[in-house]
Amino acid sequence: MLQERPVTTRDENILEVCNLRTHFRTDDGLVKAVDGVSFSVKRGETLGIVGESGSGKSVTCLSAMQLVPRPPASHPTGEIYFGNTDLLGLTEHEIEKLRGERLAMIFQDPLTSLNPYLTIARQLTEVLEVHRGATPTAARRTSIEMLERVGIPDAAERIDQYPHQFSGGMRQRVMIAMALLCGPEVLFADEPTTALDVTIQAQILELIKDLQTAIGTAVVLVTHDLGVVAGTTDRVAVMYAGRIVEEGTTAEVFANPQHPYTRGLLESMPRIDTPLQKTLYAIPGLPPDLGNLPTGCPFHPRCDLATDQCRKTYPDSKTVSSTHRASCWEVEAIE
Amino acid sequence: MNTTGKPDTPLLDVSDLAVEFRVPSRGSVFSEDSKDIKAVDGVSFSMARGETLGLVGESGCGKSTTGRAVLQLVRPTRGHVVFDEEPIHEFWRKKGQKWVWDHRLLDLRRRMQMIFQDPFASLNPRMTVETILSEPLRNFDVVQGTQRREKIQHLLMTVGMDPRCMRRYPHEFSGGQRQRIGIARALALGPDFIVADEPISALDVSIQAQIMNLLSELREKLGLTLLFIAHDLAAIRHVSDRIAVMYLGRIVELADAQTIVDRPQHPYTQALLSAVPIPDPTREQSRQRTVLSGEMPSPINPPSGCPFHTRCPFSEDRCRTEVPRMRTIDTGHQVACHLVE
Repeated sequence: MLQERPVTTRDENILEVCNLRTHFRTDDGLVKAVDGVSFSVKRGETLGIVGESGSGKSVTCLSAMQLVPRPPASHPTGEIYFGNTDLLGLTEHEIEKLRGERLAMIFQDPLTSLNPYLTIARQLTEVLEVHRGATPTAARRTSIEMLERVGIPDAAERIDQYPHQFSGGMRQRVMIAMALLCGPEVLFADEPTTALDVTIQAQILELIKDLQTAIGTAVVLVTHDLGVVAGTTDRVAVMYAGRIVEEGTTAEVFANPQHPYTRGLLESMPRIDTPLQKTLYAIPGLPPDLGNLPTGCPFHPRCDLATDQCRKTYPDSKTVSSTHRASCWEVEAIE
Repeated sequence: MNTTGKPDTPLLDVSDLAVEFRVPSRGSVFSEDSKDIKAVDGVSFSMARGETLGLVGESGCGKSTTGRAVLQLVRPTRGHVVFDEEPIHEFWRKKGQKWVWDHRLLDLRRRMQMIFQDPFASLNPRMTVETILSEPLRNFDVVQGTQRREKIQHLLMTVGMDPRCMRRYPHEFSGGQRQRIGIARALALGPDFIVADEPISALDVSIQAQIMNLLSELREKLGLTLLFIAHDLAAIRHVSDRIAVMYLGRIVELADAQTIVDRPQHPYTQALLSAVPIPDPTREQSRQRTVLSGEMPSPINPPSGCPFHTRCPFSEDRCRTEVPRMRTIDTGHQVACHLVE
């Protein structure tokens, strides 16, 4: 019953986000959490979205899944094409049919995203019964198969346990099993390993990679960890203050980062594979206050290269190569 | 700084430290029978004056409890903690059923301080920055009146904050700024020993580097001895002179920071290193990775023999029965593994 979808045409975009804006009305004024984000994801590909807290990376995924609470958020504007369907134009009922079947999401904290009152069996079989009309027996059988596939030992017995009886790593495996039950075409993984220990993180990342290859799912991996991005993604988008400031193939962005923010992030990470420097490069200043963004490029107060132009106008996206772009006035000047 | 002891003796000497917690046995919170969790089980290390020792391990390995037991914030069940030649694990007295600190330990608080992980939870939201920072000064009657205010301004400048922010409340600051306030509070009494428990893990990536640099700078300027606890090996290696790797309540390997990274001997250290992501796609692809199977066992029911044998790719019969002792394999390099020559 597990759906194996081969990667069909390579260059086909399964997801295309155009000029997405999701704004929140708060007591402190309008917060532009996502402010004009565009990117695409090909079938079977992994896109990393990297940024710090408040950069809009999670809200981007939640907007696509239509899981942003409204209010306080206004209805996202722009387009999110999933195949030929604009997800933002769908009714709640229509998106519900896609969610869990063709679009799936896993979250940072598997304890709060599983229902503590229901057994794992109940939470897994529901997906198959709703989306596939599976009989309870068949749904249970498929669920056990899936749990085995994500590496839960004694799956046939453990399926009747409750989430609190699982460790953090095991809970994340259950979440992954649930998300992949119907063989979705796009999986949004929002900081899936942030709450886990490094040795468990390595296991979970490996698992996502293996299943992705088997099922042919495209993965949008949201993370703050550039190390995770380097090891698991094909392409990467760097977000700052609600916008993508740089995007390209993972190899290009790491080998030839263009935006000063990307370069700052890369330089500020302590690494175990390079000789020790006495002081780390640290990006000066504070993360931006989304309710009160500076004019022009929101990174300019922290940027060494900032000019008057940066303080006045937001830079256009500049092409670095056919697969690499960055939004910075200084891009050409920086070699 | 008020270092009084001889410079050639270690500032801190911990031997065979153990901390046990009593927890209700699984099944019922109300049941009578309880079990002891050995959170820390026979940890020994010493720290020279001015040194930074990194304590690294995964959640539940006992690294935080070790830090707290060193400061006597929890009472060790076994072992010695000698601080500047004084056996501070004895500085407790019994009050009714409870153990409380005696005056000697209270006095030592001037010299031993702590920086906490969560800058949101560790600052009282109802206090202004000024009140937060004046509390230790008041408790120990260090400076009064206008001098106290000057001292607070000075402290804030030391951690890179604008002294005018004194009148503001913690919620008005970002995580990184709050952590700076937490550091200023720890420095208020001029301590010479600080335990920093995951001081950067709650912060954004771009801010982590700022705080790590601040700690290194302060340590040099003030001659601090620092016990730096974290789960992030790359960060630990950056700030530490030596690193101790913990697993299930024990130190499994201890060596200088570069040796741990270049020549790790314990299979757990090796696995931990290979699990640290490297921000370089080319290297990540060519890397030989040891992905450990399974998870760290529960300290309620620790495995027999070597605590790591259930996940160790090289374990032998002996590992299942015999607890490996800490052995010195090279100058300053200690490992607890049967298989290391």
